[in-house]
Amino acid sequence: MEIDQTIAADGVVVLKPHGRLDMRSAPSMRERVAELIADGKVRIVIDLHLVAFMDSSGLSALISGLKSVRQGGGDLRIARPGEQVRLILQSTKLDTVLKPYGSVEEAVRGLSEAASERRP
Amino acid sequence: MISKAMGWLVPARPQDSRGLRRDVIRVLIATDILFGVYYLAWRYAYSINWSVLPFALALLAAETYSFVDSLLFGVTMWRLKERGEPPPRLPHATVDVFITCYNEPVELLCRTVRAAKAIATPHRTYLLDDGDSTAMKQMAAEEHVDYITRSKDWRHRPRHAKAGNLSNALMQTDGEFVLILDADQVPRPHILERTLGYFRDEGVGFVQTPQVFYNVPKGDPFGNQAPLFYGPIQQGKDGWNAAFLCGSNAVLRREALLQLGVVGYVRAMQDNLGGVLRMAHRLFSKLLADGRHSSDPRSRAMLEQLRRAAADAEASRRDGDSLQEVTFRFQRRIDGIARALVNEDVQQIRADLAAVATITSDLQDLPELAEVDEVAFHALNRHEWSPLGAVEVVRTMVQAIDLDRADEAQPILPLATISVTEDMATAMRLHGLGWRSVYHHEVLALGMAPEDLRSSLQQRLRWAQGTIQVLLRDNPLFVPGLRLGQRLMYLATMWGYLSGFASVIYLVGPMIFLVFGLSPVSSWSPDFFWHLVPYLLLNQLLFTVVGWGKQTWRGRQYDLALFPLWIQAFTSAVANVFFHRPLGFVVTPKVRQSGVHLRLIGPQLVAIALLVVAIVIGLLRLMLGVTNELGPTLINVGWASYDLVLMSAVLDAAFYFPGAAAARASRSRPRRLRMRGAKNGD
Repeated sequence: MEIDQTIAADGVVVLKPHGRLDMRSAPSMRERVAELIADGKVRIVIDLHLVAFMDSSGLSALISGLKSVRQGGGDLRIARPGEQVRLILQSTKLDTVLKPYGSVEEAVRGLSEAASERRP
Repeated sequence: MISKAMGWLVPARPQDSRGLRRDVIRVLIATDILFGVYYLAWRYAYSINWSVLPFALALLAAETYSFVDSLLFGVTMWRLKERGEPPPRLPHATVDVFITCYNEPVELLCRTVRAAKAIATPHRTYLLDDGDSTAMKQMAAEEHVDYITRSKDWRHRPRHAKAGNLSNALMQTDGEFVLILDADQVPRPHILERTLGYFRDEGVGFVQTPQVFYNVPKGDPFGNQAPLFYGPIQQGKDGWNAAFLCGSNAVLRREALLQLGVVGYVRAMQDNLGGVLRMAHRLFSKLLADGRHSSDPRSRAMLEQLRRAAADAEASRRDGDSLQEVTFRFQRRIDGIARALVNEDVQQIRADLAAVATITSDLQDLPELAEVDEVAFHALNRHEWSPLGAVEVVRTMVQAIDLDRADEAQPILPLATISVTEDMATAMRLHGLGWRSVYHHEVLALGMAPEDLRSSLQQRLRWAQGTIQVLLRDNPLFVPGLRLGQRLMYLATMWGYLSGFASVIYLVGPMIFLVFGLSPVSSWSPDFFWHLVPYLLLNQLLFTVVGWGKQTWRGRQYDLALFPLWIQAFTSAVANVFFHRPLGFVVTPKVRQSGVHLRLIGPQLVAIALLVVAIVIGLLRLMLGVTNELGPTLINVGWASYDLVLMSAVLDAAFYFPGAAAARASRSRPRRLRMRGAKNGD
């Protein structure tokens, strides 16, 4: 799957996947996050605006991403989920763990503030 | 004669007789329950022998247990669902075939692997080797199938047996559907062709097919077959949308499993965070109350800050803030407190570091979350008190709530891990999430049953323990999302595994009468018989009709004869769930055992001996004129004899020598198909 990558404030990485985040594409999402972590980039925002469909494999890729960045002392946030993604987040209650932020800026903001305070 | 009369009940031409058979069964169920109530009400109201109250009540309790058992059996059979032909298969489905193994012989796996490759529908075959053996890996390479072992994440973490093996593989594969096969289950080429069609219904989460064994010798001495389970009982459960998942020969939808994994992750994180925060709050309160730590105003202030941080985090969690925010804020606050402290107290740091190292290592392998505050409290007291030490303790706690599920190998564990029978627990949760299930009654794989008493007993003990574990940890009456019928179906199976206690009473009952002349009922009058006999007859009739054409006798024998095993399963599962004791085993057989195994059936031998002695004494008492109760004595002799006939199964098994016949059977083509399953009477 196609995943755009940009750098926001304070080196927070924003990933923007296109299309379906499902059992076929979840592995490539997971690999991309792993590459970033290997690169020392552990503050990641995933912009879900262009994700038309997500299944539980997509959700589990988000969770394993969260696990890896947290172990590296960072965080992973999600922003701008569409209707279907919002529904699956609700039905699995994953939104009680991973808060869907309304905008990429908002998600980045918390992370970049944290960067200046948190110990490496 | 009877066979002729009943022949029309057998679904020879399914379309014609299926409905009729079900109607007949329903009439029998209704009548059976009616007579059951009639009998039991009379027993409660008029028949208790008050002079031997404990004995009388024990028997009444056993009879009530049995009545509930037959009630649940009736509910199961009420919706008997014979599906017939499956829908045509999904055309473009991607399927992964998982063959699980753990130190079984390579030749055995090789046969399964070859058959799996030969499955006619497009698929990808994976060998999931939990034994991590080079020979197995080499075989997989030679056969050109994918080979999966545990990733390094599983080192030093709970392995969760087969559930862990499957969860590990699910993270490394991507097929839409997964066919699970035990090491010995050789699939037939059309197994996917016949099962994938059910997934046209997008709500179907899994399809289970029977588990059948080709190596069971004539007479089935170990009672491995459970034709009633892989037949009417599964079909009845299917009717209630509660078909059981039995770990092998089943096709599952990946989406259903992963959804279960995600939901499980969320639940674990919620429970974990709440637990850790409450515990942190307790710890700081305790330290504050302890004068040594709070006399210094600076320490006191810091402890106050820490306590407030924990309380605020818990409050914001309860307000519904996401765990990500709660943990993130909490961690930053703790960091802030620690930093402030470090700035103030540079000299102290060096001295503190040693203590910190010890304390954190104390906290590394905690047995239970609930004990963390105790351990931390004592650790802080044992070592020289240091504020930095306290902060590090908190940091350890913070790590425990880092949403990474660090105590497990993977954050997502799709297969339930609360029980050694992962399949039942998984299916129940899938049903709870609203997934539908299918039991497809067609033999699509052939396996090998245990060939000696020891392994056979071990396998049953494990199933029984697992079922009781699920009952205690995830009671089907309270699991959210299940429908009433589904609750009853799970309860029915669990209820069946409690039979050991009732069996003891049924064995001791006639003994007490024959030896001491004490009777649990107030009279053995005709009144008693007019209440009991119709109920007994209907029970038998229902059972006969339901099990028509199947060999159910061995199963019924073992239901009673394995009473020590059922009791052991119950007590060990209770000890495991509530007191964290290991489950324990019959023994651990590595190779086939043979010979006479009298030690394995000690309690049964004692029961048989006592029954024989009781019969002799009872008859002597009658002949010598000690008693003149001819009728009651004969009834109790009959009762004891029936017990003996049932118990004799263990003698057949203990004295069974796997001779030429068995060897031939395991080499040749399957002569006769036999089935195994959960407990026969269910």
